[in-house]
Amino acid sequence: MTIRLNVNGSDQWVAAEPRTPLLYALRNDLALNGPKYGCGLGQCGACTVLIDGAPVRSCVTPVESVQHARITTLEGLGSSDHPHPVQAAFIKEQAAQCGYCSNGMIMTAKAFLDRQRTPSEAQIRAALENNLCRCGTHTRIIKAVQRAARELAS
Amino acid sequence: MTQGNLSTRALQRRRLLQAAGGLSVAFTVPLTTSLAQAPVRLPGSMNTYRRLEGWLRIGTDGRVSAFSGKVELGQGIITALSQIVADELDVDLEQVQLVSGDTAQSPNEGVTAGSLSIEQSGGALRQAAAEARALLLKIAAQRLGAASPEQAQLQTRNGWVIAPGGTQFSYAELAGGDALKGEIKSPVSPKPAAARRLIGQPVPRQDLPGKLTGAPLYIQDMRLPGMVYGRVVRPPSPRATLQSIDTAAARALPGVVAVVRDGSFVAVAAEREEQAIAAAQALRASARWNEDARLPPAGEALFPFLKTMRSEDTVVGEKSDPASFARATRTFMAEYTKPFVSHGSIGPSCALAQWAAGKLTVWSHAQGPFQQREDLAKALQVPLSAIRVIHSHGSGCYGHNGADDVGLDAALLARATGGRPVKLQWMREDEFQWEPYGSAMAIRMRAALDAEGRIVNWVHELWSHTHSMRPGDPDGDNLLASWYLEHAQRASPARNIPQPAGGGDRNAIPLYDFPNQKVINHLIPEMPVRVSALRTLGAYGNVFALESFMDELALAAQVDPALFRLRHLQDARARAVIERVVKMSAWAEPGRALGIAFAKYKNLAVYTAIVAEVTVDRTSGVVRVPRAWCAADAGMAINPDGFANQIEGGMVQSASWTLHESVAYDRERIAVRSWADYPVLRFSEVPVIKVELIDRPEQASHGVGEGSQGPMAAAIANGFAKATGVRLRDLPLTPVRVKAALA
Repeated sequence: MTIRLNVNGSDQWVAAEPRTPLLYALRNDLALNGPKYGCGLGQCGACTVLIDGAPVRSCVTPVESVQHARITTLEGLGSSDHPHPVQAAFIKEQAAQCGYCSNGMIMTAKAFLDRQRTPSEAQIRAALENNLCRCGTHTRIIKAVQRAARELAS
Repeated sequence: MTQGNLSTRALQRRRLLQAAGGLSVAFTVPLTTSLAQAPVRLPGSMNTYRRLEGWLRIGTDGRVSAFSGKVELGQGIITALSQIVADELDVDLEQVQLVSGDTAQSPNEGVTAGSLSIEQSGGALRQAAAEARALLLKIAAQRLGAASPEQAQLQTRNGWVIAPGGTQFSYAELAGGDALKGEIKSPVSPKPAAARRLIGQPVPRQDLPGKLTGAPLYIQDMRLPGMVYGRVVRPPSPRATLQSIDTAAARALPGVVAVVRDGSFVAVAAEREEQAIAAAQALRASARWNEDARLPPAGEALFPFLKTMRSEDTVVGEKSDPASFARATRTFMAEYTKPFVSHGSIGPSCALAQWAAGKLTVWSHAQGPFQQREDLAKALQVPLSAIRVIHSHGSGCYGHNGADDVGLDAALLARATGGRPVKLQWMREDEFQWEPYGSAMAIRMRAALDAEGRIVNWVHELWSHTHSMRPGDPDGDNLLASWYLEHAQRASPARNIPQPAGGGDRNAIPLYDFPNQKVINHLIPEMPVRVSALRTLGAYGNVFALESFMDELALAAQVDPALFRLRHLQDARARAVIERVVKMSAWAEPGRALGIAFAKYKNLAVYTAIVAEVTVDRTSGVVRVPRAWCAADAGMAINPDGFANQIEGGMVQSASWTLHESVAYDRERIAVRSWADYPVLRFSEVPVIKVELIDRPEQASHGVGEGSQGPMAAAIANGFAKATGVRLRDLPLTPVRVKAALA
């Protein structure tokens, strides 16, 4: 069946079964690369997208459940020429090694900073607690979110 | 699908084809230097591939192509190598394009492992750039009618050779024809430290802006025309064989393009990824397996069991001084253990494969494209020349994970898709259950102190499987699926990487000055649990044991642990990192439980000293590391920020291994299927980290990616002992163990 999805501000049509995880529709039908397959169980956060501004694990979200929602992916935030302040802060702090988890870190941080403009370090850690990183770039990610908070406030 | 019988004749033919295939690749042409005269030693991998054009070319547009056999694994090597070339050649960083890990274009520099890329590839590329620059200067001087570049007072800048009068030549116009070709016979000297512009600078990673904004830079992001999606159906337990499976039902499922069964290997391709996943689930549900329960005892029972297994015993280091031995007044013994540890890459392994006219192309994020190709050729029974492996970026691997294996899975499946390319990504549980783990280790330490509290005897004995079962071994095939095919391949025999680098015994030989010492490696050839290289190989476990034991002896000698180490250490650079971290952490200030540890990775590379602050909740048994400090010296630092990133990352990863990680299993099955079964360090537990680098611009550059893991483990264990007065010698330091120890 054909399902309409509003992704990064434009309507798109996807021919997929209703229960198809949103992740595969975004990656394979719409050729978006930001959200990554990490666990398929909502445990690691690599597939995070924003649904109406809130961070959601796209690997466990059926496409049929988000037909009337605004979906934002990493690409919808900014590009390498015009990065979103959160992306720019990650670049400035070199807050990645392999970068595979970065999508989830950036999307979760973006949604968090929308709600909390002046976060403490403990609040940043708590916001990212359920996003896993294996390269051990956590300390840089915290610095990047702190930098993004400063940039967004100024 | 099955393969025909592999007769002796066919084997011979295959070997010939493989040999011929090897020769068709430019970089495997043997050296032309005469046998009578030993060639001059060239830097890094250039000693093997001695022709300039194999490393570096300048195009008619002035762009510089640099060729490396080393690959990007998230460690930033592409940026670091580009810095080296751009600096030495005097071009902008943007002018350099690095071609890496393509078996059709790159030099075979072995596996990207062991923190050797900066030494091997960096050394070669720096020399290649220096040679090219010297040649360009020479050609420009000839054009000006000068006897030498010095006479013409030529300089190089941003891709131009510039003469004092304002005359200038672009590199592109000088580099035409055969100008930059030929074997390097008498190497020129690279720039002195003072003349460097980019080496030593914290140049930002070139790949990060794209990776952080969703550019298609990962193998998972590759999309080829006509591509189908693959999934593999693995057995429920190691060595299980497939009795029956309903492939017909799976073929009838929506979107299914192909189902492959070859022996006990099963895979499926479909038009859509979720269809491939659904078909794989259906296949799994219909499969009947013969399981063979042969896993070793789990938990703490593993380690006495390891010591009962047949081992190949080697004394890898020995020193003897009877006079000081006779001064021993007290002897000590302690045993330490390290469990099986998963690489646990965030992105499960992925590969693309496509067959066209009998030739196979595999896109892979494996660490050794050439080595993967060798084992692909054996399993697929095709000549090497029929396979091209092209490296693409993947998730961090931290050693030998499923990246090599998934390439064979995709290649086997792609034989059944009529030429359509297959993208196959493992599911999370495939990765956790089937990747080779870092080997478990049992380590027994013995020592003697004299009356002055000096160590006069030291014995380090370890029992472990091999720490490297990588592809590319001539005596076997180390790709997972190859063992399950109808015409199954056999894994290579277990081998140890010899000292001085060492494998299981890596860093088992102390850098301290002990008058008597003996280091014994009991290599257990049998591998009931699949194992291979995990970041640092044996160094993590050995340094944990060695540096924990040093702490225990310091305590017994009633000497401050930092001072105790310095008293046994003459190496000036080793002393310097310890002294620096003591200062950074305000070591002598009371009120905190601090642990210290030190290692020189492989006894050959980066010096690392770490102090960790440890807190222990006696009720919950939870150990935390709120703060950690590290001082490191890797000689000439190519990119200080990349260096710090690697050291920090290693510390955090080690904290995760040390506090949490252990692969659970029973006598039949691996019990880890998801992150719920394999907890890792989370944000709330990550220490605040301070790293200081001691830069030594005139010293050789060493890799740093594996420097901090061993010292971090011991620093945490030593901090725990300081906090509680109790010594934990078994990794990881879980709440259950902590509560039992403190009860």
